[in-house]
Amino acid sequence: MLKLFKNLGKKEWGMVLVCIFFIVGQVWLDLKMPDYMSEITILVQTEGSEMKNILLNGGYMMACAFGSLIASIIVGYVAANIAAVFSRNTRRKLFSKVTDLAIQDVKQFSTSSLITRTTNDITQVEMLIAMGLQLLIKAPITAFWAITKILNKSWQWSMITAIAVIVLLTVIGILMIIVLPRFKIVQKLTDKMNGVTRENLTGIRVVRAFNAEKYQEEKFEEVNKSLTNQQLFNQKKFAILSPVMYMVMYGLTLAIYTVGAYLIRDAALSSKLALFGDMIVFSSYAMQVIMSFLMLAMIFMILPRASVSAKRINEVLDTTLKIEDGTEIKETSEVGTVEFKNVSFKYPDAEEYLLKNISFKANKGETVAFIGSTGSGKSTLINLVPRFYDVTEGEVLVDGINVKEYKQEELHNKIGYVPQKAVMFHGTVSSNVTYGENGREKITEDKMKEAIRVAQATDFVEKMDDKYLSHIAQGGTNISGGQKQRLAIARAIARDPEIYIFDDSFSALDYKTDSILRHELKKYTKDATSLIVAQRIGTILNADKIIVLDRGKCVGMGTHKELLKNCEIYKEIAYSQVTKEELDNA
Amino acid sequence: MPNGPRGKMNGQAKDFKNAIRRLVLELKPYKVLIFIALILAGLGSVLSILAPDQLSRLTDEVSKGLIINTENLEEFSNKMSDRLNEEKIKTAMSEIIKLDISENKIKKIMSSSTIKNEDKGKLNEALPKLQTEADKMAILKELPESILIEFLSDSTYNKEKITKEDKVKLIKMDQEKLNLPESVLNSLLEPITIDGINITKEDQKITVLKLQEMNEDLSSEELYKKIEEMPESIQSLVEPFMDIEAILKIVYLLVAFYLISALFNYIESISMTNVSNKFARSLRKKISLKINQLPLAYFDKHQSGDILSRVTNDVDTIAQSMNQSLSTLVSAITLFIGTTIMMFVTNWVMALTAIFSSLFGFIFMFGVLSKSQKYFVQRQEELGNLNSHIEEIYSGLNVVKAYNGQNLAIKEFDELNERVYECNRKSQFLSGLMMPMMNFIGNFGYVAVCIVGALLTLNGHISFGVIVAFISYVRLFTSPLAQIAQAMTSLQSTAAASERVFEFLDEKEMESQKDIHLELKKETVKGNIEFKNVVFQYEGNEKPTIKNFSAKASSGQKIAIVGPTGAGKTTMVNLLMKFYELTDGEILIDGISTKHLTRENIHSLFTMVLQDTWLFEGTVKENIKYNRKNISEERIKEVCEFVGLDHFIKTMPEGYNSMIQDIDSVSSGQRQLMTIARGMIEDAPFLILDEATSNVDTRTEELVQKAMDKLTEGKTSFIIAHRLSTIKNADLILVMKDGNIIETGNHEELMKQKGFYADLYNSQFEL
Repeated sequence: MLKLFKNLGKKEWGMVLVCIFFIVGQVWLDLKMPDYMSEITILVQTEGSEMKNILLNGGYMMACAFGSLIASIIVGYVAANIAAVFSRNTRRKLFSKVTDLAIQDVKQFSTSSLITRTTNDITQVEMLIAMGLQLLIKAPITAFWAITKILNKSWQWSMITAIAVIVLLTVIGILMIIVLPRFKIVQKLTDKMNGVTRENLTGIRVVRAFNAEKYQEEKFEEVNKSLTNQQLFNQKKFAILSPVMYMVMYGLTLAIYTVGAYLIRDAALSSKLALFGDMIVFSSYAMQVIMSFLMLAMIFMILPRASVSAKRINEVLDTTLKIEDGTEIKETSEVGTVEFKNVSFKYPDAEEYLLKNISFKANKGETVAFIGSTGSGKSTLINLVPRFYDVTEGEVLVDGINVKEYKQEELHNKIGYVPQKAVMFHGTVSSNVTYGENGREKITEDKMKEAIRVAQATDFVEKMDDKYLSHIAQGGTNISGGQKQRLAIARAIARDPEIYIFDDSFSALDYKTDSILRHELKKYTKDATSLIVAQRIGTILNADKIIVLDRGKCVGMGTHKELLKNCEIYKEIAYSQVTKEELDNA
Repeated sequence: MPNGPRGKMNGQAKDFKNAIRRLVLELKPYKVLIFIALILAGLGSVLSILAPDQLSRLTDEVSKGLIINTENLEEFSNKMSDRLNEEKIKTAMSEIIKLDISENKIKKIMSSSTIKNEDKGKLNEALPKLQTEADKMAILKELPESILIEFLSDSTYNKEKITKEDKVKLIKMDQEKLNLPESVLNSLLEPITIDGINITKEDQKITVLKLQEMNEDLSSEELYKKIEEMPESIQSLVEPFMDIEAILKIVYLLVAFYLISALFNYIESISMTNVSNKFARSLRKKISLKINQLPLAYFDKHQSGDILSRVTNDVDTIAQSMNQSLSTLVSAITLFIGTTIMMFVTNWVMALTAIFSSLFGFIFMFGVLSKSQKYFVQRQEELGNLNSHIEEIYSGLNVVKAYNGQNLAIKEFDELNERVYECNRKSQFLSGLMMPMMNFIGNFGYVAVCIVGALLTLNGHISFGVIVAFISYVRLFTSPLAQIAQAMTSLQSTAAASERVFEFLDEKEMESQKDIHLELKKETVKGNIEFKNVVFQYEGNEKPTIKNFSAKASSGQKIAIVGPTGAGKTTMVNLLMKFYELTDGEILIDGISTKHLTRENIHSLFTMVLQDTWLFEGTVKENIKYNRKNISEERIKEVCEFVGLDHFIKTMPEGYNSMIQDIDSVSSGQRQLMTIARGMIEDAPFLILDEATSNVDTRTEELVQKAMDKLTEGKTSFIIAHRLSTIKNADLILVMKDGNIIETGNHEELMKQKGFYADLYNSQFEL
């Protein structure tokens, strides 16, 4: 938690000081008020008091109240600013950190968790600062100050107040011990209930098809019941808090008065009046003491949640970047080549290698395809080229230079990458296709249209309401999977890269579109090198080199014809899709 | 998805009144408990109104213990003045003094050498007057002491010896000050008893002397100091009387008040907790039931996140505000009205003072609040924008990196972040004003009441007790106003939440099936199916998705549906399963229209395996068995062996009882196999495979294919497939395009036609 506060600049710490200053002022004024209040009470209660005195004291009290109001407005303003600055700065830091993280780390945290950390967790800590900062400073000051004000008035009263505070804190403490762990259970049950509902919703067709409505409803009802019971338990326990607080506060006043009556009775005549005044003042200070302890207790209630959030934020901020930038390289000896030299890869803590000893070279203008069953390491392999991961052993060379030596930006400028799952950003067709920077001038409109044409997307784009400026929703939810994939391919084409990487990027296209697209692409990118991961034999049939992967190892390399002859696994894959005759005919 | 519902969260209800009315209606089953809770809340408030009165009585009682016993003091001084009144003193004086103005004495004085001539002269002047005048005392007073002393002699009066010197003093005494010589005083006084306290002559004397020193305008503190210097007997006489008994009585009463009030509060919150949680539970249950009553079309249009947020967030909001605001509102309103009445009953001028001084502040506060509300809404929106940007960038991070989009992303982030920052700052600040403003209003009211009260007291309009009472009324008056304000805002969000919940609950359900009595037993169904001029149009679409489709399939046939994305393949399946109602035409199963069959009946005739492999959190066994009862372990194992899952399941740590949690731990091929096993476990005459193998690589597909072939044996099956290799051996292939069947036939026939199908098929070998 404290570590996060480093995100506050000097100016903000200055603001904290200002905050403390005004809070002290506010507390001083707040504690001054009971004096005037008792003065007024006494004046009003004794006959023959002069109006002038009442007005005077009333004026003083109003001045105090107004001063306190002004001070707390200033404190509120400053605190709101600190909290807002904090969340802005921390969020920015976190965001830019996440964009710098290696894909591998992102996977480890999971995207949704990173999103929660950047949004909810930061809001959580922000809330603590906005509310807590004031309370945290104010409560101890008030408690301490009020205590010193009343401490030497009468030990009996002090005792009573101490007892009240202890009773209150004990009740709160016991409640926390009983209820806090159950809050976690409630959270879990809520998640579970969400899970069951989500399950019912996502599998609605299956549920209906199996006539499993009852089954799902019962499942839901079970969680619903235990959630309700758990909530009831918690809330019933908490229901005791408010009456106890009420009793303690009023009980304290009563006790102070009762004891006061005895004290006054037994006191010498001359000190009676003073004692009475003390009694009234004491009871209002005692209230302040109780209130400040309550405030502290409240902070301790929100603190655990915020500190969990803070921990989660720090986890991300403290992650060391696994991918380090190289130095700038302007001249390369080769153009458009990708070479793997004895590359092996495994996740840092994993035992098994995902890729083992892979070597090959793709020359300028060549198409290299990768095929293999699910989990054979195809995607991992081509993700090593744009350095989404770094090799464990061996090296990956682009244009004859190790990818680690490039600045990432430079490396990425050479590459047109199309992922498995087409990513669409909120914006327009045009903004999606011309996305990013390629180290050269901005992509022109003609270029963009050309790319869309090559990607076989012109048809549907032209049919859209605003054509190239049509709105694309976040995640591309307003267009189909195949359309998304075509736009993602257009994005890579518009970039004019030396090397294309297609990570199973044709899967959502029907055979026909797939085939036309590849034809056009080939025509358009004669000089570019392509690395293609594919499932369909048809997609890779004419590749210059096909690399067959099985459990991370290269089990075959060559052209389609060669592999059909000498690679058992390739044959199996091929024949599972088309018959022998068809293959021969093709 | 998460940014969808988030924006609506704190929104306003479209129709506040209606939403609340509906909520009240739904709460009817809990009316007894709610009634009790509200009554208790009201009673608690009444106690709160009464309590301060008692508290001020207590203060009064204690402060009475400060005031000296003026009665006794008065009695004492009465007695004293009784003794020491002028008449008495005069007669006593004449009796005490006993002047001896004989010739002898005069001669003696005149011849005395110690007496000054001047004094002698004075005596000569006075002598004639002494004989004539009645008021000898006045004349005597003028005489010099040296002369007077010669006329006087020591004597005793009331057993008190009085010296001549004292007698001189007596004569010379200032009538006003009544500074009697001690001996004389002693002779005049007698020990007295007031209130059972004996006061000796000595004490009386000291007191009288002390009293003589006092002047009128003595402050009470000085007075108390003087009294402290007086003899103990007198002190105990005027000692303020602390009526401990009376005090304790009030204390006991108050303790009872507080205890009852706390008890009320406790019972009230327990019953409201009960109500709100049970209500929440029933709402959730209703939503869960509703989900399964809605037509599938609803889920095409609504995101699951939206429905989810109704189940959790919205229901929670309702429950929470029921738990807190409802009783708060009632007790606050009771308090507000009660206090207002009490105030006006006590004194209307003061009541107006209290109300105006608080209202003044409140109007100001509401202004601030409504402004902060605006910023809150804005903040929520901006935060939503920022969050969706974050979500977008994080989930597309590989593309962002590969296309060097970081700078762009951060630039946009900064802009959005800055906007959130602005709204954040303002809304936090304004909402933070609430508490200090409340405090200020309270203090302002206090001072106003005190000043106006004091003014009225001076004019004699009201007693002091009224002011004291009003001091507490002002407190009681301002706090419920703030509570009402808060409860109203939370009521707003409750209305919005309940509107959303009820909107969902009121969605149009699927057609009732009450009138359907026909049932097809799956054991006896032959497996013939016929589409007759089927037309289907999605609600809101301009053109029908399926146009006039007719086809026939007889028992045991394998029918494949192929065609590009969006051709309407899945729609066909949805119609077959009666997930959607036909727009026109009919589907006949064994000659009976599906219109005359219940959905459940139709579902029981079909086994369906879908493209998205739906598994839930639970064990492997649970996932395969699903909702079917009376399925033996052996049957599950048998089926799993059949589809080739057995080996994989055995490698899992707990075999069939392993939990399926992490989606990554089970590959998509294995997931697909599990859903196939789930389908197979119970036999049904019809089978639908909707792209059941598209997620699987081709080698795994082969495995699945084998399993599926076993599945389709002897059944009428419908297969939708992407990979044409899967369906080559189908008895009938329906080629769909734009909602129409454009070609039909088996593989060979279609290839010969050299039409769309042949095109589609050949394209997979082209590059």
